[in-house]
Amino acid sequence: MTEMTTRYDLAVIGAGPAGLAAATLAAERGLTTVLLDEQPVPGGQIYRSVTRNPVRNPGILGGDYWHGADLVGPFRDSGAAYRPGTTVWSVSRALEIGLSRDGAARILPVKHIILATGALERPFPIPGWTLPGVMGAGAAQILLKSSALVPSGRLVMAGTGPLLWLLAWQYLRAGARIDAILDTTPGGNWRAALRHMPGFLRSPYLGKGAALLLDVRRKVKVIGNVTDLRAVGDGALRSVAFRQGGGPERSLPADTLLLHQGVIPNINLANATGCGQHWDEIQRCWVPTVDEWGASSVEGVSIAGDGAGIAGAVAAEHRGRLAALGALHRLGAIGPEERDREAATHRAALAEAQRGRMFLDTLYQPGPDFRVPKDDTIVCRCEEVTAGQVRDAVRLGVGGPNQAKSFLRCGMGPCQGRLCGPTVTEVIADARGVSPAEVGYYRLRPPVKPITLAELASLPKSEDEIHAVLHP
Amino acid sequence: MPNPSRPDYDVAVVGGGLVGSAIAWGLAREGQKVAILDEGDIAVRPSRGNFALVWVQGKGLGMPEYAGWTKRSADTWTGFASLLREQTGIDVRYDRPGGFMPLLSEAEVVARAAQLSRLHNQPSMVRYAYEMLDHAAVAKEMPFIGKDVVGASYCPHDGHCNSLKLFRALHTGLSQFGAAYLPNHRVERIEPRDGGFRLTTAGGEVAAGKLVLAAGHDSARLAPMVGLSAPVRPQRGHIIVTEKTTPFLKFPVGYVRQTDEGGVMIGDSFEEVGFDTSVRNGVSSTIAERAMRIFPLLGRLNVVRTWAALRVLSPDGFPIYEQSATAPGAFVATCHSGVTLAANHALALAPHIAAGRLPEDFTVFSARRFDVPKAA
Amino acid sequence: MFQRLPDAAGERVSFTIDGRVAEALAGDTVAAALMANGVVACRTTPVSGAPRAPFCMMGVCFDCLVTIDDVGNRQGCQVTVRPGMRVETQKGAREAAR
Repeated sequence: MTEMTTRYDLAVIGAGPAGLAAATLAAERGLTTVLLDEQPVPGGQIYRSVTRNPVRNPGILGGDYWHGADLVGPFRDSGAAYRPGTTVWSVSRALEIGLSRDGAARILPVKHIILATGALERPFPIPGWTLPGVMGAGAAQILLKSSALVPSGRLVMAGTGPLLWLLAWQYLRAGARIDAILDTTPGGNWRAALRHMPGFLRSPYLGKGAALLLDVRRKVKVIGNVTDLRAVGDGALRSVAFRQGGGPERSLPADTLLLHQGVIPNINLANATGCGQHWDEIQRCWVPTVDEWGASSVEGVSIAGDGAGIAGAVAAEHRGRLAALGALHRLGAIGPEERDREAATHRAALAEAQRGRMFLDTLYQPGPDFRVPKDDTIVCRCEEVTAGQVRDAVRLGVGGPNQAKSFLRCGMGPCQGRLCGPTVTEVIADARGVSPAEVGYYRLRPPVKPITLAELASLPKSEDEIHAVLHP
Repeated sequence: MPNPSRPDYDVAVVGGGLVGSAIAWGLAREGQKVAILDEGDIAVRPSRGNFALVWVQGKGLGMPEYAGWTKRSADTWTGFASLLREQTGIDVRYDRPGGFMPLLSEAEVVARAAQLSRLHNQPSMVRYAYEMLDHAAVAKEMPFIGKDVVGASYCPHDGHCNSLKLFRALHTGLSQFGAAYLPNHRVERIEPRDGGFRLTTAGGEVAAGKLVLAAGHDSARLAPMVGLSAPVRPQRGHIIVTEKTTPFLKFPVGYVRQTDEGGVMIGDSFEEVGFDTSVRNGVSSTIAERAMRIFPLLGRLNVVRTWAALRVLSPDGFPIYEQSATAPGAFVATCHSGVTLAANHALALAPHIAAGRLPEDFTVFSARRFDVPKAA
Repeated sequence: MFQRLPDAAGERVSFTIDGRVAEALAGDTVAAALMANGVVACRTTPVSGAPRAPFCMMGVCFDCLVTIDDVGNRQGCQVTVRPGMRVETQKGAREAAR
């Protein structure tokens, strides 16, 4: 195995589809490449455990999942170095990567970095969402993919978006029981999405998606137009309360509630690196701003895949390849003509993969009540700060999330705002009557994942840096 | 259009950090109609880099009046915290167990002892107790201290608080007093007008009878507009915060303290890098290493945040408090001990500003002390 | 509440939860193994003492913090179970010395 002392041209962070494809192409074209990943096996979250899956019946997870294996084989043959179990906690403008592996931290300087940090589930702040028994549908899917675990007891799934339906379909194939699906898709979304129908009709999602949806609807009780969703219990989930439309409150007993309202880019590393970002009005999330090669506002740092805006797993691999071509060009390994010529096929494939995306994004945009919760709902799970406290701070003159942090500690816990950031921005925007774009987002700093003080203390220090700590 | 003969506010305080907020709260408590003009969500904000110490020991070498001012504020802090709690219900968690400054070599012990004795031997120095302790004496209070700790200086007047709660309490109190907090009001221009001031800001015009510049670094730009000067410069300091743990450290220990919420804060560093607030891993690493020598058990804790902030430093490091000779009613206040001095700013300085003039004993804090005659 | 698919592939691994012997599937993360063993809450919060369980399973939410082999506040969903591993649920803030 190559030691970490090698001077790499390129480091790719994240071994999902974008990272695997980027590292493979770059290494095949001669860049000394290292792929750093937090998981013990490649695949990211979408293809999690694809090389080591405990689910014996391949039909349970479906063909799209097993496509992940097609990315891992070429990656293994590409000559790229692979460092699983590696947490990246810092990326500097000088292209130095702070990483931690087996409890030891170090700094890895490289010439180019591709962030392929993927997506995370959009926060779904409802009363009771911190109770044991409530978890993300994506989280439950990870339990299925990596540990062959399915819910037992009474299961309610709630929310909106393709992943919720896919998981329900997978559960049915695995023989798990689903008591109900509470669909929170706002009724008006269908109307808004209709004008994007032409693109969707030519989309690869259509056939598969429709069949899957019908299959689930045939076998599970689906309750639509759900509002006022609450997880109820004392110490653990007991039931799920909700209304249908403006109707009376209803309640379903439940042992497990799986929540989902889409995914958003995992931007913490990009944000802490100083990469510019913007607010996406349709996807309702912050997105790093990148060019057609995935290049961010920080020289030498590119972002590929869902981490640069949600477009799905197939798009992610093509975006990974385009980012790799951009890196090859920036490092002088290929000229602009060669880059553009090679990019053409990937761009065509990317366009194909993205067709119909607007329809899905519009249809599955979470309703305002589920993004801007009522006062009694916890928004920051770490510091247990409620939406009402955020609104109180706004009344005192707090205009944005960084001021809110100082007043309330929201975003100051170990998750560093991943589970509250989008909500805090939207609550403040709503209270102030301005757009989330104007409100802004947390300004993040390394480490974006915790490292121990001993690891931090073990890092190399220059004379100048040591001198900075001597008392004058 | 504001009417210059009837200004909107009795006082405009420029700066919504800890210095501005404390003065504004004190002014509002005096019955003044106050506006606090602040920037937006992203600003330099030196006060977010504070370490929440209410710290007395070692301060004032070269200006004994500053030592006295500091000691007075620390003595006022208990009452100040009570006033805030009575008004707002927010306990800012002020505690005064005494503070240790750990020393990691014989040389550091000798230097610290000499420095403190020079400080306390100054003429007109305020009298207060402090001690030099050896390792065994420190270990008696903190058995988990590292073997590298040769000794410490200790002062019973040192303490700490929760500065985020202090900040929230001041703003909650200001709101209850009816003061106007005006974010996104970066001040562009100040004109003395009809015995008051007209401020042109990013958020519109504001007219006030009196003016307090507590804008941190921006006071350097604003002070000359009203015949004052605030020659301050930024000095970067790093802070590291760990995850919450069970309480183990009651005392503030120079660069290390545990907050009431359980996290451990570790500071500091001194870099002259202009307005660059980026974090340098090597500096954080050096701070971490030193903290582990003081308390080895810290090595196991997870770091959840690091950040850098910019101290507001005058040329001699001491505060500047001054009233304008040419534009009466304009004041400047700047320091880098916004937490320690918050009690004084609210309860001693603000009443003078409300009354319209600083007494004689403030002249020592005038920026005129930096006006050295140019060499011929 | 979660259960294993009856035909799940892989070796069984023995470890302990709060001193009781438990079984995981090779490759399980600690968080997954806790769910598989019917552990309802893996910790209580330092802020309010409320019980919490694994929520995101991908290392972003920090709700699955547990003590593993005497080291507190480890992300259960990011650590693979090893034979003989000692996992302990947590109450409130991490102990300073662990």
